[in-house]
Amino acid sequence: MLLLVGWGLLAKVGPWPHYLLPSPDGVGASLVAMTSDGRLGTAVGRSLRRLAQGYAIAASLGIPLGILLARSELMRATLRPLVLGLQALPSICWLPLALLWFGLSEAAILFVVVMGSLLAISIATEDGVLSIPPQLLRVAGTLGVRGPRFLFGVLLPAALPGILTGLKLGFSFAWRALLAGELLFVSGGLGELLTTGRELLDVAQVMAVMVAIVVVGMVIDRWVFGLLEKRVRSRWGLVES
Amino acid sequence: MQARLLVPSPHPRGEAKIALTGVAHRYGNEVAALKEVTLDIAAGEFVCLLGPSGCGKSTLLYALAGHVTPSGGRITIDGKQVAGPSPERLLVFQEPALFPWLTARQNLAFALRAKGLSRRKADARAMDFLKRVQLQGFEGALPHQLSGGMQMRVSLARALAMDPAVLLMDEPFGALDAQTRADMHRLLQSVWTESRKTVVFVTHDVREALVLGDRVVVLAGRPGRVLQDLQVKLPRPRDPDDEVLVTLSRHVRQLIRTARQEESALATGEVHRHAQEHPPAPGARRVLGALAGGVGPPR
Repeated sequence: MLLLVGWGLLAKVGPWPHYLLPSPDGVGASLVAMTSDGRLGTAVGRSLRRLAQGYAIAASLGIPLGILLARSELMRATLRPLVLGLQALPSICWLPLALLWFGLSEAAILFVVVMGSLLAISIATEDGVLSIPPQLLRVAGTLGVRGPRFLFGVLLPAALPGILTGLKLGFSFAWRALLAGELLFVSGGLGELLTTGRELLDVAQVMAVMVAIVVVGMVIDRWVFGLLEKRVRSRWGLVES
Repeated sequence: MQARLLVPSPHPRGEAKIALTGVAHRYGNEVAALKEVTLDIAAGEFVCLLGPSGCGKSTLLYALAGHVTPSGGRITIDGKQVAGPSPERLLVFQEPALFPWLTARQNLAFALRAKGLSRRKADARAMDFLKRVQLQGFEGALPHQLSGGMQMRVSLARALAMDPAVLLMDEPFGALDAQTRADMHRLLQSVWTESRKTVVFVTHDVREALVLGDRVVVLAGRPGRVLQDLQVKLPRPRDPDDEVLVTLSRHVRQLIRTARQEESALATGEVHRHAQEHPPAPGARRVLGALAGGVGPPR
């Protein structure tokens, strides 16, 4: 609140012209305008749909990959250095490759989103599987729990807190990768709305879209992952009750 | 009367359920963890492996379970060689090792389902066994909502419900407080008297071994080997504070101490080779003689 007031004062008395530093109510008005004419809603919808697609692919590949990395010596030896190395690559660096492979298409953006979050998810999954108490694995062995029942009944639930951390991290990576991708070529999502604002010199719109991006990211992080994590941790007995 | 309460186990015995022949084990190139352990265990027998930490008793148990493949010797159960873990030789660990995301009942039912029981049968059996360990009313609780003793009871119920041919227990009550431990001893005795399972129970607590075991096998460490093999002829249920039992446990402790002293006396000479050639150490045999005079009759 105090920050908002400070920003308002700075915009009013500061040396910067209002088209470079709009006042908070200017940004608010832009937000309202974009919401009421449906531009914001459409853009959020498109971005979220892409995110959902890319993220679903990343999760459905990343979790099995992480489990393989943790459980198979061969995979550890061969794929692990590659995964760790590629993890250091900022996701947007995949864009040129994506454009060459898929052209200016949805697929290119999805590819960037997938690559941006896949590795983080698989590394966290690997970590989650490796930090399962050995006692649980041994007891599963002595009880004769094997095969799919072991995978879905012991390994996955035991690693779930770790996997969830990975999914959360992967989500924020995916969200960033998506917007970076959307910014760089016309795509009809929130990224495009940002670019349009810049082209029209409409700083209020740029800032309004930024606010929207932060809000969407935070809402998903808090409400979806936050709640999920809390429930899992309390069921697993990982929080002090 | 006391004289006949603790006697050396007769050899050879009848049909063995579990037969260990010359079992030896080394971890990597390290010191031998086990050396030439030969032991027969009859069906329905409750055997306690007693020894100080690092004497190889857990290694022996894990070898029985199939989690460790011994580097020498043979282990057979019902004539078949042990190869890998099996629910027929169920291990109970020092920790309850429950699945934390499953309720008490689900923990039992999950294991039973893996054994091939239908959902309904598994659930019914789970409830039945939770009742046997006096946990009715707690079937819906998650492990972290239960006390340590209750968790151990769930773990015990799970092991019993699986109905293994052999129950292997690795200091299962080691982490419990004295009171809970005594409760668990009482419970285990009563459940065992009903089911008469073959149990191999590892402990370093002399009194625990005497309360629970039909037979106490005393192991010595470095390398792990059998020092004494005694039958406990006390009537059940046994009370850990029973005077006779307290006296017996003092005897056994004395016995272990003497054996160890003789050994370290020997160790100053060129014992190492000697001990390797004549397991169990001759000192131990002399002690057995002394014991036979004091506590049990000589054979």
